[in-house]
Parts: sequence; structure tokens; C-alpha cells
Amino acid sequence: MSSRLRVNPIACAGHGLCAELLPELISLDEWGYPVLGGQPVPAGLDRRARSAVASCPALALLLSPAP
Amino acid sequence: MSGITSSTALWYASRATGIICLVLLTAVMVLGILVNRQGRLPGLPRFAVTGLHRNLSLLAVGFLAVHVATAIADPFVTIGLAAVVVPLASPYRSLWIGLGAVSLDLMLVLIVTSLARAHIGRRTWRGLHWLAYACWPVALAHSVGSSGDLRAGPLLALTAACTLAVAGALTWRIVRARRATPRARRVAVVLSAQAGAR
Amino acid sequence: MTGRAAALMAASGRHPGDDPARLPRLLPADGRPAGLPAHLATHGPPAYRGGPGRLIADAAESGLTGRGGAAFPAGRKLAAVAAAGRAPVVVANGAESEPLSAKDAALLRYAPHLVLDGLQLAAEAVGARRAVLYLHADVISAERLDAIFSERRSAGLDQTAADVVIAPPRFLSGQETAVVSVLNGGAALPAFTPPRPFERGVGGAPTLVQNVETLAHLALIARYGAAWFRGLGTADEPGSMLATVRQADGGSAVTEAALGTPLADLVVLGDHVQAVLVGGYHGSWLPASSAALLSLSNASLRPSGASAGTGVLAALPAGRCGLAETARVVRYLALESAGQCGPCLNGLPRIAAALADLAGSRPDNRVIADLDRWAGLTEARGACHHPDGTLRFVRSALRVFAAEIRCHQQGRCTATSGQPFLPVPAGPAAEADWRRPR
Repeated sequence: MSSRLRVNPIACAGHGLCAELLPELISLDEWGYPVLGGQPVPAGLDRRARSAVASCPALALLLSPAP
Repeated sequence: MSGITSSTALWYASRATGIICLVLLTAVMVLGILVNRQGRLPGLPRFAVTGLHRNLSLLAVGFLAVHVATAIADPFVTIGLAAVVVPLASPYRSLWIGLGAVSLDLMLVLIVTSLARAHIGRRTWRGLHWLAYACWPVALAHSVGSSGDLRAGPLLALTAACTLAVAGALTWRIVRARRATPRARRVAVVLSAQAGAR
Repeated sequence: MTGRAAALMAASGRHPGDDPARLPRLLPADGRPAGLPAHLATHGPPAYRGGPGRLIADAAESGLTGRGGAAFPAGRKLAAVAAAGRAPVVVANGAESEPLSAKDAALLRYAPHLVLDGLQLAAEAVGARRAVLYLHADVISAERLDAIFSERRSAGLDQTAADVVIAPPRFLSGQETAVVSVLNGGAALPAFTPPRPFERGVGGAPTLVQNVETLAHLALIARYGAAWFRGLGTADEPGSMLATVRQADGGSAVTEAALGTPLADLVVLGDHVQAVLVGGYHGSWLPASSAALLSLSNASLRPSGASAGTGVLAALPAGRCGLAETARVVRYLALESAGQCGPCLNGLPRIAAALADLAGSRPDNRVIADLDRWAGLTEARGACHHPDGTLRFVRSALRVFAAEIRCHQQGRCTATSGQPFLPVPAGPAAEADWRRPR
């Protein structure tokens, strides 16, 4: 079952940990906020995606089941 | 001449691990304060600050366990198992050991809720995490009051340094928060900055 | 039916239900605010169904879609709220925050009882325990509101307890999660979804947030039936809608038109009009030549990048600078951002500043590239659709006024008048401006 990364932009304060931990899927815009691709998380990156979600100091990164 | 008895060894071990715990908790506090206001330690990537905050707190739990175990095992003082988590249950130095129990209880809440963060929701977790501001000073009071170690010599200097570190980080955070633009003015600020730049 | 009511009907010659093709449906035909006696004479009391759920099928069959801009099928929304489990709250959303739109204000002033009937009927349909009328402060005086509610009480018309909540004067006040936030005692700030209001809203209860015009149509559907509603409009977009039309001479009027009405029947077009703004400040500019060929329906407008939205149509006179107008509006839209989401709070003011540059003389070559980059970074990265709607407006301006951009790059402007044309209200200054007025 694949999943998708989402950001709660209200909670997000631009800490930027997610982009450091998962550069394959998350990059930062010129203001420090995460840019997500929107594609499902590849199986190989699933564990690291979960780790990035757990590491966000603002709990703004979410992993939801892909529709 | 009496050598170092096992009791004395336990007592020294408890005091030593207690001191290490205090230093670790101080580091955890400072890192926690910095993460929240997006402070960074020079040279460290952002995830290292949160990573250190987490790992040092878990390390502190380890040292705390030894600190508590040796204190209870030591036959010279009667503390009792209950006093580990129940304040004022210890016949020995009730108040100061009691403060230790309070800060241990708070630490448990902080760590368990942080491990279960994803399940309790953002707002609940954030609210409970404010207990850190109660946990550290209580731990400090317990350390200073439970034995004379920290009230003299180099250990007094260490205590002062820990206090200054937390006070400094907190002051920095409060000043940053006061200076931060209120939400209702944020866009206006960006807009005038743009106008100024052109 | 009273003798007076029968006499009125005889005078009009027809019962509204007999003539689906007749307009206006919502606003009183004689152009005067309809008090309760006039309302009862025309439509009678609210056509309650005697229990929850029964109106929902009619709403679905009628094809009624939301008239608050998103055009979501009303039947589906009612069904979702009714199915959510707890006793819901229903909100008549009259917080018409779009400066160009006056239709909700007109409806509330001229046919308040139709709106309140719709609110009551929606409350019955979903089994609600509370009904709220949410509107801006300057639409109806507090005295008149009191009078309206007390005469309904005396006549025993309302089944669900209803109250009034005044919306703060913000552009985002009508956004559905912002509505919920105000009703929960907070500021008019959008929230991250899920959960959407229909799942969890006011006081944690499932909440139906429905535009006042949609509720007014619902009241008529309950009385005259789904087939009657479909008597106007197109098969895919049935019924009528209120449109606020601002002509090139500055005159503005609210009119009711069938879906599918040609824009040229509503807006006076000709050489004196250069462009038409369709859908308000989150809508799209169209060149006048295109507008002349299109109709007030999504089927007609979507291929040209526009949509009917809240029925706002504004004609831009030929002697004005479309870029300057757009820049002023976008500055307002930027200031009306909640400032909660990094991309919006950073992107919109920068885009506003870039547009101000374009509206000036000899804008830098980098401005267009900057605009493009910032637009890409701001779109779809906020918690609500404020940045998206704003960008749609901006992109349409860059398309429609492309020739004007080239003029400005050469140091010229085709405008003969620098007078502002589009209305732009004062923006918020402090936190209190985002909360219910005390």
C-alpha cells in the first residue's frame, strides 16, 4: 500500500528537517518551506519517510494513504 | 583503615550519575529551546539539533535509571522504591528526594508523550511538552538540595553554568518572540520590505 | 391561504410554482424588500417535510449547486452532513467578502425570509440542533434583524433555534473553515483540512456551511419541486443565479439570470469595454471580444479559463489600465491573507509588488520571470484556496493585458484615466480586525 506525503502549511514553521532527511522527495523553496512532489512514496523510501514525519518539530509533515 | 565500602561506592555512583543527568538535562533543555525558535548550532545541520535533543534525553533516562537504582540500593540511606515516583514518600531528606521524584515523573510524561506524538495529536503534545519548563528547575532544586556536592567548588561552578545556559537560551527565545511580527502584520511587513527593495 | 394572499396571487396572475420560466425567482418582483406578510403571500410558510432526510433527494434531483463560488452539489453536501453522526449545525453563509459582489446583501435585504426558510429547511433535512445566520455587520441593522426573527417567532415559522453571528470584515470571512473558526470563538482564519466542516466543525459537530443564495433556492425547491427548479437554465447547470454586474460606466446592479444566459445580455459590451472580469477577485479576466461570445455557465466559461463563481461580472472601460487595476486588487488580496502559511505569506506580497512594477513605467525584465517563479511557489501550497484564486486572477491578467505589458516595457501606457475603477476596501491592520466585532 503506497502512501503520500503532505504538509500542514499552517503548522509548518520552515524548520527544514524534512528536506535534510528526505532530499529525494522534499526540497525547500527560497523561503525555507518544503516543496513536495505529490507522487506516492516509493517503497524503498517508506521507512525514511516515516522517520522524517516523526522528526518534524512542528508535527507538520504527514503521511497519508494514497487515494 | 576502612576502604571504600560497597555502600560508599553506591553513594558515589548515585551522586556522579545524578550530576551527569543534570548536565544532560541542561543540554536537552537548551537544544529544545533552540529548535523551537529555529535556532541552530553553528556548523550543525537542522536535523542534528533535534536529533541531539532526542538522543541526549534518552541518554539522560539511562543515567537517571542508574542514579535512582544506586540510591535505592545504597543501605546507608533509606529511600525506598515508592519514593522514586511518589514525592515525599522518602524518610530520608523527604523534600529534596521528593523534588527528584517530581522531576522524574515529569520526565516520564515528556518522554512517553514524545514517543507517542503521532498518536496523541499535535496540540496535546505541544501543551504537555511545556512541562519541560517545570521539570528542569525541579531537577536542579533536587540536585542542589539532596547533597552538598553542588554547593561548593568546581561543582558549584558547573551548577552556575547550567543555570546560565538555560536562562540564556530562554532569554534569547523570549526576546525573539517579543520581536517576532504578529500574524496580522506579517504580510504587511513583507510588502513594505518589497517596496523598500525596489 | 388567506384572502389577502389569494387576492395578491390573482393580481399577479400566476402562482410562482406554475411558471418555472419566470424571473425573478428570489428577489421580489416589485423591487421592494419583502416583509413577512408579502413573503407569506407569495410563497407561504416554509415547506417542511415532517422529518430529517426527506428534502435531500429533491435537492439532489434539482441539480442545485452551491452559489458561494465552489458550485458543489447541494444535495451531496446535505447528505454528507446528515450522515455524519452527531446532531449537526447549519450555517447560512452570508459573509459576502468579495468587494465586487452585492448579491448576498441584496438577498438578505430584499428576501430575508426566503433565506431563513431555506436555513430552517436545511436544518430539518440534516436533523440540526442549531441554525446560524452569519453575515457582515453593515448588511442589515440589528434592529431589523431582531424584528425579522421575532416576527418569525410570533408566526411560529422556525423549527430549529436560530441565532445571528456577525462576521469580521475580512476577505476570508466566508471561507468555510474560517466561518467555523469564528463560530467557535476564534478569528476568521482558515484551518487545515481534513477534517472538513461537514465532518467536524462548530463545537466539534458536523457543520453545513451553505451560501445564503443556495438556501434561498432550496426553500423554493422545497415549495415548488425539483422539476420546477430545472425549468430554467441548462440540463447540466439548472436553475437561476444572482449576478452582480458592474457596467463600464461604474453603475452596479444585482440581477437574477438563468444559467446559460449570454454575458452580452447582462453586460453592456462595445468598443468602450476592453475586458470583462468574470467571477470576482478570484476569477478571471476575459477580453471583451471573448466575453461577447460566452454565457453565464461553467460549461461555456471553463474552456476560456473562467468560471461563473459568485456571478460577478465587471466590465473594464477602454481608457483604464488593466495592469494598474489588477495590481491594486492583488495588493488588497495579499493584505487579506491570513499569513499562516509560509508560501502564501511570502508569495502574495512579492507578487503584488511585482505587479505594481509591471503597472509602472519600464518594468525590469526580471519582473515577469520573478512573477512566474513566485506564482509557481505559491500555488496549491496553502491551507486554503486564497493563493490559488489570487493566482488565477493574476495569470488571467498577464494573458489578457499582455499587449499592455509590452507598452509599459516601452515606457507607454494606453490608459487615458488613472482613476481607480475596481473597488478595493481597506485591509486589516491588527489582530482584532480578524475577530467578531465587539
